[in-house]
Amino acid sequence: MGSVWPKEGLAPNAHAVESGGPRRGMLGCRAVALSDGLDARVDRLELPFNEYGVDPYGISRKHVKDALRLFALIYRYYFRVRCHGIHHIPQRGRGMLVGNHSGGVAVDGAMVLTSTMLEMDPPRLAQGMVERFLHKFPVSSLWASRTGQFTGLPEHARRLLEDDRLLMIFPEGARGTAKLYPDRYSLVDFGTGFIRLALQTRSPIIPFAFLGGGSAIPTVFNAYALGKLLGVPYVPLTPYLLPVPLPVQLEIHYGEPLVFQGTGDEDDHVIEGHVAKVKERIAGLIELGRAGRQHRGLARKLLP
Amino acid sequence: MRVLIPGIAGGIARKLALRLKTAGHDVAGVDIRPWENAREAGIEVFRGDVRKRVAEDVFRRWKPEAVVHMATVTAFTVPGAERGRINLDGTKAVFDHCATHGVKQVLFVGRHTFYGAAPDSPLYHSEDEPPRALEAIPELADLVAADLYAAMALWRLPEMTTAVLRLPYTLGAPGTGTLASFLKGRRVPLVLGYDPLFHVLQEEDVVTALQLALEKKVRGIFNVAGPSPIPLSVIVRETGRMGIPLPSQVLSLLLGRAGFPRLSVGALDHLRYPIVVDNRRFLEATGFEFQHSVADMLRIYREAAPVPTSAGWL
Repeated sequence: MGSVWPKEGLAPNAHAVESGGPRRGMLGCRAVALSDGLDARVDRLELPFNEYGVDPYGISRKHVKDALRLFALIYRYYFRVRCHGIHHIPQRGRGMLVGNHSGGVAVDGAMVLTSTMLEMDPPRLAQGMVERFLHKFPVSSLWASRTGQFTGLPEHARRLLEDDRLLMIFPEGARGTAKLYPDRYSLVDFGTGFIRLALQTRSPIIPFAFLGGGSAIPTVFNAYALGKLLGVPYVPLTPYLLPVPLPVQLEIHYGEPLVFQGTGDEDDHVIEGHVAKVKERIAGLIELGRAGRQHRGLARKLLP
Repeated sequence: MRVLIPGIAGGIARKLALRLKTAGHDVAGVDIRPWENAREAGIEVFRGDVRKRVAEDVFRRWKPEAVVHMATVTAFTVPGAERGRINLDGTKAVFDHCATHGVKQVLFVGRHTFYGAAPDSPLYHSEDEPPRALEAIPELADLVAADLYAAMALWRLPEMTTAVLRLPYTLGAPGTGTLASFLKGRRVPLVLGYDPLFHVLQEEDVVTALQLALEKKVRGIFNVAGPSPIPLSVIVRETGRMGIPLPSQVLSLLLGRAGFPRLSVGALDHLRYPIVVDNRRFLEATGFEFQHSVADMLRIYREAAPVPTSAGWL
């Protein structure tokens, strides 16, 4: 069962919680009552905030609260995100959420981090490794910094993992968000750096599949020249021109953690083998999600 | 130990001299600026420029065992080419005299701005990183060059124990330095849409760090920092100032006018992007522990430098 947010303040199967103790949904989504509210969820983050509500990386409790208020509305009511397998994410300690890009703008990253804030108990903040341009521009630089979304540099990733943070990585990079509508369920080449990092820091990889982003932002063309002019990799264009997301239902499927053994100094072919395994697992989760979407679509058609 | 401090008349240098004297060291200094009460504290100050003959005479006659080189300046205090001459030629002169006159230990007191402020830099800078974004801020080039020149002594003069310390912004009561100068007005210019993290250390803690580095005889390059960094907006607010966020284009037009500091447009990057340092190497080498939290520092500064009531726009 997914988390479709049937009513205010309750996770999808929160009814089970009300009837007696925490349980897990059929596919492992944690049933969490949200009566503690969004602000309280941020207050429960296990981050070393100082007297000004700022952690050593500049993450600000106030900014996370403000962002979560907006993202939670979008998550619950606009995209009606269905989340599966959240229990695969460790409650504490280092971990890397590794998944596919879906959609021409960072809807996927925003909804993944909202899922870890809303669906986990205790909540965790997923820290994305974002494109460089995000920190160049006013406002986006400030909000990315204050919510812990840092430029995708090995130094950042290593330090955050060594501090037992939860990282969010899209190994397809900008090529992943540039996928056109017909390729929305495909995977482009993965980088290999994340595997070496996982080995060096002994971090588990939690694969995830993100579905629906390609339908929410049906990119038909990427304007690279316009992007260069604006200082971004490209501007995705849709049949209605602007990359404004449509209210398509989105899904996140988290899979079982993968733990690889090694030092990170292995030959390329060894690392590429690990990358292939992660990619295969994500592809499997995508297929699982697609089958579910088709089944639900068929069921809707058969209903009177 | 006989410790010579070039640049001894500066705010932090005076505090260091007094602390070292209290700890039982013999302390002297060289500076073109006066320090009238030094002799009463048992500290000898030789008036003169470290690049001139008088400084070499001090090395020859006073025979220091250790030197803490603090005779460098920033663009806030000395504009133009003279700053470059003080920072680079002065540093060369100090190291030359140390080598010639058998000084056993040198501390070069540098700044964390060495690493530069850029949107694609790592948030925490380790000592092994190169300086970045120098092309945007020519005012920093001579300090960076002096830092690199000092670090050359690690292999050029192996018989001497050299340490390059990169200090963050400092605050005191009210203190001296770049950040204290930046905060002195009622209103503080900020760049709209940005709020960089600032690493700040109380002056007394700086003195403790320098004393530890000297007494532990550390060798190498070290970032020095205290409490975790905080956003600039918090510093401005908690010191009782009012932040005035302006678009960078507007702010760049105002530089050098209406009471704003005369800096290059590139210097605004320091109000956009953070410069935060990883100080683990220094902590391991010295066991340094800071005494003043950020809240302490900002309160002390606010009380010592109350908001000016009618000092113009800034």
